[in-house]
Order: sequence, then structure tokens, then C-alpha cells
Amino acid sequence: MSQVKYIAGKEPHANESRVVFKNVDREGWDQSIETYIKDGGYEQQKKAFKMEPGDITEEVKKAGLRGRGGAGFPAGLKWSFLPPNNDKPVYLICNADESEPGTFKDRYIIHQDPHQLIEGMAISCFAVGAKLAYIYIREEFPEGAQILETAIEEAHKKGFLGKDILGTGFDLEIYVHRGAGAYICGEETGLIESLEGKRPYPRIKPPYFPAAMGLYLCPTIVNNVETLCHVKHIIGSGGEAWSKTGTPNNTGTRILCVSGDVQKPGYFEVQVGKVTLGELINDMCGGLKEGRKLKAVIPGGSSAKVLRADETFKVGRGDDEKEISIWDIPMDFDTLAACGSMAGSGGVIIMDDSRSMSWVINNLNNFYAHESCGQCTPCREGSLWMKKITDRVVAGKAAPSDIDQLDAVARNIDGRTICAFGEAASWPTESFVDKFRDELVADTKPELEEAFVNAESLTAAANLK
Amino acid sequence: MALEVPPELEKEIDERITHYPVSKRSAVLPVLHALQHHFRFINEESVEWAAAKLELEPIKVLEVVSFYPGIRQKAPGKYHIRVCRTLSCAMAGSYELMDSICEKAGIDRSGVTHHDPIALSEDGKFSIEFAECLASCGTGPVCLVEDDFHEAVTDVDALLSQYK
Repeated sequence: MSQVKYIAGKEPHANESRVVFKNVDREGWDQSIETYIKDGGYEQQKKAFKMEPGDITEEVKKAGLRGRGGAGFPAGLKWSFLPPNNDKPVYLICNADESEPGTFKDRYIIHQDPHQLIEGMAISCFAVGAKLAYIYIREEFPEGAQILETAIEEAHKKGFLGKDILGTGFDLEIYVHRGAGAYICGEETGLIESLEGKRPYPRIKPPYFPAAMGLYLCPTIVNNVETLCHVKHIIGSGGEAWSKTGTPNNTGTRILCVSGDVQKPGYFEVQVGKVTLGELINDMCGGLKEGRKLKAVIPGGSSAKVLRADETFKVGRGDDEKEISIWDIPMDFDTLAACGSMAGSGGVIIMDDSRSMSWVINNLNNFYAHESCGQCTPCREGSLWMKKITDRVVAGKAAPSDIDQLDAVARNIDGRTICAFGEAASWPTESFVDKFRDELVADTKPELEEAFVNAESLTAAANLK
Repeated sequence: MALEVPPELEKEIDERITHYPVSKRSAVLPVLHALQHHFRFINEESVEWAAAKLELEPIKVLEVVSFYPGIRQKAPGKYHIRVCRTLSCAMAGSYELMDSICEKAGIDRSGVTHHDPIALSEDGKFSIEFAECLASCGTGPVCLVEDDFHEAVTDVDALLSQYK
């Protein structure tokens, strides 16, 4: 690593461990296959293609790699859900639909280091026996799609893709498929429907677990960009060695994306669990803005429940149990779950005391109302209802009881939908009401209460014949 | 009137369709993207052309067109702008950016609705809409002008003057 030089002003922070982001902002780096190969690129593919496919999956399991897209599900385990003695084709899809608000990591991998992704995909395809793979990239990355197509063509010419790759008899084609601006396509079964040329209405699980019944109802593996890149590095170092980085059950490195009210927002690849939220904000992002205090943090993409700056959190088990402040939260999957939120996609949004929480939750409710696919009634109606209520709160046209209504609507979505969008849409509202109820209520007008009751009774009366 | 698709475009589309050896229907979005890139938006003729090309009922194409925000159902301006609306960009000033672009480009967004999100400048040079999270939250406010991505946009004059 010491020989890698970065563009002046874009050097990684001392707390970082660059693995997947090794080549991001690297001096003298470009996206060409020549540059990649000169740096040792595609060596891991050569190594992997000499292994038994099942052994690759074992290495990924040993590494303990957890999905970097949001759910944190163990990747090796996901792969091992492919049915045994399967005689249908197997497909692999790279989920490059990066669109969870607060997340901006895949963008840099795709734009600056496309071959890393292709190598990771080729190894993964070999492991699961997929001969056809797609990169589902969001439409708003037009340049990224172009870069990936060029990279695929280059990899083809060098024999890393196509027929009889590296003399193994293994064939693989990877195609780039562009989405069309819908967040729901990041949900894996919605993505599959979209790739089949339909509206991206998610499928119900069970029975439609992609590993069993995915694309064209065949076994399908869907993994995030960052996850697939890690596969290459796991083969490079071996699963055991890879699992020594990070912390137990939260192994490896991951990219944290910080945005909002800090001096220097940006992306940081750190060993999972080795950096606390305080270190991330104060050391790596230059602290909060002049004269401002921390108010709230959304730690894992906009769907993660918000953390309040003055809360304390119980973490650890048994003798290790302790209470910590927001500053001391290690940014790993298990701790953030113990804090009542989630590590999600690694998108950390920082809010200082200049922010109105009503405004923030209204912004997010606008997002979810726009992005609900409309398939399940609680989500389609509820997300719009939540948006309308917070629209009113922000406009000073809400009554205090609206906040109870808001909470009730959110809690009637959660758990009542086909896919996890229901939770994604309701958790922000549930947590903002939980933690900032007083502030939300303070933005309402008690004098409107009676007016609403009257208006409601009038409407109700008018409907009674 | 039937759509007149230039031979080169049709060739490109035919090649794209080969990426989906299992089901032609999978090529709906790629075909629509190619048509939209050329014709700027998707109208009824485009829907019918795509349906015939993919041997689908037109409704199967229309249901896709009417779902995705990335497929436009009305003509945009010469340069179409998409400003990120979501939280981190909003905190960095994307609503102010939207207002400023509209003021300088002469765009009135008062008629915009969920189903008709695009507003046009009087001279037809620019059109604009809000987009949800463009995944560059660390460098907000951001926008796309056609396929060009602009980060930390503060100087709207400089932004617009790049487009003649």
C-alpha cells in the first residue's frame, strides 16, 4: 500500500484502510485495463479459476463478508442457498442501483475502478456457476454505464470474459442494464422484475427468494457493487486472513459516506467497527461547522432510524454490557443494531442544531412517497399520507394531534408490505416521532385542533345520508 | 403516424436486444432508453414501435413508460436538467439551486405535478425537474444536465453558460 500515491488534497485519512477504494483518487490511475493489469489486476481471477467453485464460496464464508448494500446479510451464506443438483441456468446480478439517500460509494468504484468490479463479478460467477450476469446500474449514472461497457469490452479482448475463459472451459457474458430512476429497483426482487422488462413490483418471499426463484424464475444471486469487489480481495488474501480485519462478526473494511453538517463530507474506507462515530465526525470529517452542536445522525442511509445526539445507548452483552454516548458508537453492523438503528448502506447523514427535524423528516417523507412502487396499499397510501402530514407541519398548518396520526400511519405500514420498502419508509418517521416528538409538536398549532375536528365532522356529516 | 427510426439506431437497438437471450421483454428499458436518447421523449408511436420490435402488446411497454421517472412522456427542452432534491443535497441548498436556475433560465414551475414533473423555459432551451437522490451526497448540491454531472453547484450562470 505504501507505494500508492493519491491526488494531492484527496489523500485517504490516517484512520482509513483502503482495500476496495485503493484506486479511488489514486495518482496516475485511470480506468483502462492496462493500468489495472499493471497493478496486479485480474491475478485473483486467474487464481480463483484454478480453484473448485465450492471452495471459493467457502472462502467467502470464512471471511464472514456481510452484504454492503443495506441488509448486511452474509454473502457466502446467500450463495449457498442456491439449490443443490440444480439443472436450471444460474444468474448473477450486480446491484449498482445505488440510490439510498446518503450513500455514494458505488459511484466511485464504477467511475474510477470498473475492472475491480468486473473481476469480482467474474470470480463470483465462477463460484456460483453463472454464465450470464447483469450489472443493473441506475439510469442517473450515464457515464458509469459507458465506463462499465468499455471495461467489459476490454476484459473480453483480454480473455477474462467470453468463451472458455483462461482455458477453463467456463463461459461468461456480463451485460450492463440501465434502470430508469426508480429507487425500488434497489430491492432485489423489484430489480429482477425490472430486468425482466416489467414494473419493478417486488415479489413476495417466500417463495420468491432469488437464490431459488430469481431472474426468469431461475436461481439468481444479487449482490451489491462493494460486496462483489470484496470477493476479489478475499481470494487475494484468503478468507481467513481477510476475516482478521474489522471486528468479529463485522469483518473486513467498508466504505462510510458522510454528508450533511460537517466541515469535510466525504467517503472513508475503514475496518468495520474500528472507528467510532465521534472519530468519524471529529477526526475524519473535520468536526461540525463553526459554532454548531450535533443534533442528530442517520447512520446507515436514510431508511436507518435516526440517533439523537444526547441519547445513551446500551451495547454489548452480559459482562460486556455498557452505556455509551453517540460519539462512542463503533460503526459496525451489530452495534448500530443494538443502538436501535442499522449500519445499512454506510451512508451517514449528520445534522447540527441549525436543522429543523420537521423539515428533515418531511424531506425524507417526500422521497418515500415518490418512490413507493404502489403495489401494497399500506405503503402506497401511507407514504403519501405521511408526506402530506409533514407537509402541513412544515407549512404551520398542522394540529398537535397530527403527530399522533403521523406515528399511527407509520406503524401501520411497517410489517404489512411485500418488501422491506415498507420498513424503509416508516422507520424514519417512527424514529423522528420517537426522538423529536416535542419539536415536531412545537411546529404545530393547537388552535387548529378544533378547526380540524369541525371540518372533519362536517365532512363526515356530509357523507351520511 | 409511424415512428421513423434511423437504420443506425435500429441497428443499435437490435444489438442491445441480443443482451437478453432468454427473454426479449427484458429489453424494454434499453429500447426505450435508445428511443428516448434519439427522440428526446417517449410518445405513443415510440411505445408502439418498441412493442412491435419486442413482439409485445403495447400495454406491456406503456406500463413501463408510465412507471419510471427516467422515461419522459413529454418533450423536454434542448437541455434537460435534473436537480437532486433529497436530504443531503437539500441541506446543501438544492431547493435554492432549483429556484436560482429557474429564475435565470426563465422557467415557471408552478404547474408542476407528480405526473407532470417537467417544466420548460419560455424559449424551450432548458427544461427542469427535481430528481431523487443522485448518490453524490458528499458534494451537494448536485445536478445532471443531460448526461453531464455537476457537483457542488454554486455558480448558476457558469453552469448554464456551458450550454449554448
